[in-house]
Amino acid sequence: MFEIFGIPSNALFGQLLIGLINGSFYALLSLGLAVIFGMLNIINFSHGAQYMLGAFVAYLLLQYSGLGYWPALIVAPVLVGITGMIVERLMLQWLYKLDHLYGLLLTFGLALIFEGLTRNYFGSAGLPYTLPDSLRGGQNLGFMFLPNYRAWVIVASLAICFGTWFVIERTRLGAYLRAATENPTLVRAFGINVPRMITLTYGFGVALAAFAGVMAAPIYNVSPQMGSELIIVVFAVVVIGGMGSILGAIVTGFGLGVIEGLTKVFFPEASNTVIFVIMAIVLLVRPAGLFGRRA
Amino acid sequence: MRKTLGLAALAAALACGGANAQQVNVKIGILTDMSSLYSDVGGPGSVAAAKLAIADFTKANPNVKVDLVSGDHQNKPDVGSQLANQWYDVDKVDVIVDTPNSGVALAVSQITTTKNKVFLVSGAAASDLTGPKCNANTVHWTYDTWMLANGTGKAIVKTGGDTWFFLTADYAFGHALERDTSAAVEKNGGKVVGKVRHPLNTNDFSSFLLQAQASKAKIIGLANAGGDTINAIKQGAEFGIVKGGQKFAGLLVFASDVNALGLQTAQGLTLTETWYWDMNDANRAWTKRWQAERAAAGKFPTMVQAGVYSAISHYLKAVVAVKSAADGKAVVAQMEKMPTDDALFGKGTVRADGRKLHPAYLLEVKKPEESKYPGDFYHVRATIPADEAFRPLKEGNCPLVGG
Repeated sequence: MFEIFGIPSNALFGQLLIGLINGSFYALLSLGLAVIFGMLNIINFSHGAQYMLGAFVAYLLLQYSGLGYWPALIVAPVLVGITGMIVERLMLQWLYKLDHLYGLLLTFGLALIFEGLTRNYFGSAGLPYTLPDSLRGGQNLGFMFLPNYRAWVIVASLAICFGTWFVIERTRLGAYLRAATENPTLVRAFGINVPRMITLTYGFGVALAAFAGVMAAPIYNVSPQMGSELIIVVFAVVVIGGMGSILGAIVTGFGLGVIEGLTKVFFPEASNTVIFVIMAIVLLVRPAGLFGRRA
Repeated sequence: MRKTLGLAALAAALACGGANAQQVNVKIGILTDMSSLYSDVGGPGSVAAAKLAIADFTKANPNVKVDLVSGDHQNKPDVGSQLANQWYDVDKVDVIVDTPNSGVALAVSQITTTKNKVFLVSGAAASDLTGPKCNANTVHWTYDTWMLANGTGKAIVKTGGDTWFFLTADYAFGHALERDTSAAVEKNGGKVVGKVRHPLNTNDFSSFLLQAQASKAKIIGLANAGGDTINAIKQGAEFGIVKGGQKFAGLLVFASDVNALGLQTAQGLTLTETWYWDMNDANRAWTKRWQAERAAAGKFPTMVQAGVYSAISHYLKAVVAVKSAADGKAVVAQMEKMPTDDALFGKGTVRADGRKLHPAYLLEVKKPEESKYPGDFYHVRATIPADEAFRPLKEGNCPLVGG
């Protein structure tokens, strides 16, 4: 047991682990955003609201159909993903030819609508959602007590992140998608249904956000503003990682989680702002982000 | 002929003046958090409470005409200040009510005294409002950090919780609550072993909870409110805080927070409030009216919203007594001269430093099986009489109070 900068090593390792766990959460959230921006060039500002909808659908499933946490992990992302696809078909598809900013405005407006409606019906204080019984309790690791649920968060996050990266970068489907983004006309000429692929990809990105929402429901307060609090940080993560890069979003998510965790130990009042300080520095040094490709 | 006409007109005017009671016009502004973490504590519920207070008062006093406006300060002192200035200067508002968020309240209090209007604080907590920052235009109604600290803090120390670690929201309210509770803990023989300050609206408390666990303090004092308290307690359950032998002290917990946590997680929490909807028949009857006005059957009023009703009722009585709402200092002086009596808080007084006095209640959250109907959250464990519940007048360092 030794001390590093005045903090006992035990405590520091505990904080690093917590930072990794939070980082895995950021990675999961920013993955959806990176997929949507990288593949579709849409700045999806309603990502936070879709994350919140995932948590709320999980709550409603529990209340009204008795579906617990595990079924909700699948059902909620599918439901929210379908609403995402409807939004894409009805509204977003007309904006692809225009400037990025129109997509940003549309999705931001949608976020405000979702948040306002939810707050109108459910109030702002939040709704109760407890840990699933199978994940209660924790392990005493010696230097800290690790809740089982947090261990599950890291595992699920790594699995989903790796799986998504693999599909997009290493499979044929991913290759079609990447090609369709670069040159849709040519890919269509090969007989591939590009608009449908785009809709499905947007739906997948939204489903990722909703999945993160269901994962968050047992540990964070399920309130209408849970998304808007997180979305700014997630955008910072994606910008630092590089707006088009899946791997960048994942690596940056984990990295920033650790840095934020360390800040909470040494200078907790700044734990909100340290991510933005890093974003400013990174953008000054590498404007396309750490892993970004110059557009 | 012209002289006769003139005299006749004069006589008619004088006759008109004497026949009716004088019309009094008042404009009330509810400045509150409509969209963020305190909007269930105050928010639209405060507006509903204000509407009830105005309706009740104008029924008994038809010569008083009251206008109501409301606005969202978004928990930002600059937004709140800008709204307050605009209301006072442009929209001719006479009194601002509510303002959860001590940072906003302190700013609005200064603006109010400069413009000689009235500020009735129901939502904010910082005891500085009647301490070093007191002024002759502000009345602090429902509760404050000193009352919370000495109600909950003292009770917990007396039952054996003598070492404390604070989780503090890093702004005016959190600092005030931590300061007052530390003083109360130490006065009653306890010790503060550590503290950590977190930004307002923090999602994840795992890092801070780890630090609290490492401190081995018996009590983790939550010097925060709303979503921050809910997240801290929810994640505390995850990290086995209670199983590990430590307990949470929720220094400011509202019924809306207990609802969001669920009784399974919140059971056993000790807290202090000055009003609970299920305490007596008068409160229950008013709650039904509030729910109808709010058009939200599943919600229950908080003490902040009840305080808005009570404060406006007393304010309007004072305005009628001095015949005009224009001079803020005069109205507040009248409010301090008249004892208060309303359906919700009973009899009380407003002190020279602007502090409203009424009893406080030590409450404990029920177990899930003890709760018989929605909203049935608390056992009332003790009543703290009004003269003990709030900081003694001389200890406040209020410049208005001599010596």
